[in-house]
Amino acid sequence: MATKVVMEALSPTMEEGRLVKWLKNEGDQVKNGETLAEVETDKAIMELVARGEGVLRKRLLPENEAAPVGQLIAVIAPPDENIDALISGAGGASAAPSAAPPPPADVVAKANETAGASPVPRTGAQAQGETSTPPQEKVTSTPPATPASRPAAAAPAPSGNGGRTRSSPLARRMASERGLDLQAVQGSGPGGRIIKRDIEAAVAAAPSAQQAAPVPGSLFPVPEGPDFRDAPLTQIRKTIARRLSESIGPIPTFYLTAEFDMERVAEMRTAMAAMGDEYKVSFNDIVLKAVATALSQHPEVNAHWLGDKIRYFNRVHIGMAVAIEDGLITPVIFDADRKRMSEISREARELAKRARERKLKPEEYTGSTFSVSNLGMFGIDQFTAIINPPEVGILAVGALEEKPVVVDGQLTQRKRMRVTMSCDHRVVDGALGARFLQTLRRLIENPLMLVY
Amino acid sequence: MPVITYRDALNQALREEMQRDDRVFLMGEEVAVYQGAYKVSKGLLQEFGEMRVVDTPITELGFAGVGVGAAMVGLRPVIEFMTWNFALLALDQVVNAAAKMLYMSGGQYNIPMVFRGPNGAALQLSAQHSQAWESWLAHIPGLKVVTPGTPYDAKGLLKSAIRDDNPVIVLEGEMLYNTKGEVPDDEEVIIPIGKAELKREGSHASIITHGKMILVALQAADQLAKEGINVDVVDLRTVRPMDVDAITSTVRKTNRAVVLEEGWEIAGIGAQVVDFVQRECFDDLDAPVVRVHQADVPMPYAKNLERAAKPDVAKTIAAVKKVMYIE
Repeated sequence: MATKVVMEALSPTMEEGRLVKWLKNEGDQVKNGETLAEVETDKAIMELVARGEGVLRKRLLPENEAAPVGQLIAVIAPPDENIDALISGAGGASAAPSAAPPPPADVVAKANETAGASPVPRTGAQAQGETSTPPQEKVTSTPPATPASRPAAAAPAPSGNGGRTRSSPLARRMASERGLDLQAVQGSGPGGRIIKRDIEAAVAAAPSAQQAAPVPGSLFPVPEGPDFRDAPLTQIRKTIARRLSESIGPIPTFYLTAEFDMERVAEMRTAMAAMGDEYKVSFNDIVLKAVATALSQHPEVNAHWLGDKIRYFNRVHIGMAVAIEDGLITPVIFDADRKRMSEISREARELAKRARERKLKPEEYTGSTFSVSNLGMFGIDQFTAIINPPEVGILAVGALEEKPVVVDGQLTQRKRMRVTMSCDHRVVDGALGARFLQTLRRLIENPLMLVY
Repeated sequence: MPVITYRDALNQALREEMQRDDRVFLMGEEVAVYQGAYKVSKGLLQEFGEMRVVDTPITELGFAGVGVGAAMVGLRPVIEFMTWNFALLALDQVVNAAAKMLYMSGGQYNIPMVFRGPNGAALQLSAQHSQAWESWLAHIPGLKVVTPGTPYDAKGLLKSAIRDDNPVIVLEGEMLYNTKGEVPDDEEVIIPIGKAELKREGSHASIITHGKMILVALQAADQLAKEGINVDVVDLRTVRPMDVDAITSTVRKTNRAVVLEEGWEIAGIGAQVVDFVQRECFDDLDAPVVRVHQADVPMPYAKNLERAAKPDVAKTIAAVKKVMYIE
């Protein structure tokens, strides 16, 4: 009688597993309980064991490919039994019964052991390895071992420790206590080892929450509670991150462009200016205010990619790209969502001025959670900006221009502005980015909402 | 406070304990008429007589065994080895008799005795007479091993050793006998066995050491201080049982450790210290622990080679800089 080998839930939270290595070839005799393959779960590399006896007749999942829990990945059967029907019935995840066999007790125990034996640095090291090795190299080094029934769009194995970040145990402890991403720290010890002094330097360079916190005269006080929430990476998030990074470089970026109607913004701005000089604001100030407000409504975009987790911020700190003589710098408007338009305007002007004079302090240009770049003043219609990691998005703002537009069936002349959002696909999916831009459109096209 | 030599500090300890308890007696080669090969027992024969200060033939195994027997019937012998190099011949009595008697007699015979003498290298005594044995002795369950590095510690630890109801090894040093230090004469000096002492306080790194190497560590610390590097110098004082709390507290403070010892590297005392450090302080370490020890060779006779083989101030300073990532 044939035995179906399915992707088992080898950890309590596993949704899919990546087949690291087959340990049995097609045609091999296998016994009940023998190890068939190594499977990477969301936690560790585990052994998948045979639940029946016979010959491993067919392997359906190539090495390095992932399969959802429950999917048929191999068939064990007597040498002469016809298994065609079994194989042809093996579709994707949908074809598999949703009730996957629960992991047997010994497997769970082993999982705990394995996880215990490879503590914290493992995930970080892996992420680093993956982003630092050229994709071609990996594809050639890990060819699909088996011609499979499915196209082998092989997700490469994590590279060895070539790109491993070395750090002293103390440095790791300090980083985790301070919520610091080790991957972002430059090590000064032998072989680039990150040591205590590097952590201290990184902590000193980062703006402290206290510095950014109280905004005198701010309308909205900073709420109680932590400034951010760390979300562990789900298996799917990991897979998306890994695959897309290979496709397009360390940050798999995609771009969303939208054209906003600026008539009402222009009216508002003119009306404000008419009230007196102190009410004058720039288009950019209004955009900054709108972006900040939109971010506060879409915290999923207001995040950092930290390699082994995503940090979602509960506060909105907007980096504002400013061109300076020999480059650019992004001073930060902290808690921009809690500031009045006038405050944003004044701060933006002040920061830009001091940026050009090169008088910014480090804490004034670090710590942003999202960035905005505006080349409208140079007459650029639209452009794509480069994400400033570990942020996961940046909004490129083009020039405001008069354009013929069809409104209510009538061709008419309107003030329009194009924005393009660059999104880190590891965190921001297309629909999410689109929803953010929808909100931004609603705010900019109805600017009274900004003063609500 | 009087400044006296290490030799006189040991002499005071012996005299005071022999005065205090008439079960205490001293036995060994040249301890009586000659007043001790290093004059540690000066005046004791005159004061206590030949029943309590006993010259022996050149028979280390024999007089060590006599000592064990005396201890079994209630005396408190202090056995002097002219050097610990000669004590190799007596190891069967030390390891198989003294250390195990309490255990193997089912608790009937404890062995309240002391084996003492100079340990480690002096100057140009060559390969057979320049050996530091503390890791051998500390290896044995049933023994306690103390390694005084200063006159004060010599007096306090020898007195504790004599009062201890179990066999205690006291490792002295030829090069230490003439060193001087303050030892109070108006109070009883007793140093508990198993407790380390922070001999110097710093914050940048820890030098963990014992015995004669205390002097090397303190000199290294002085020189490092001139460069603005301040180190903890932890004197283990007792290498068995080892003061793990003292080790962990210094490493948790400085995050960097150098372990300095006189003897060889493999299975040395430093290896045990490093084991405690990695076990108890893994998350506190900012650098791998570095050990300083004798070169892995029989001690050369030639002066220049002997100097090169011994752990010294320069090697200790280099080790401290290494754990601090200073090139």
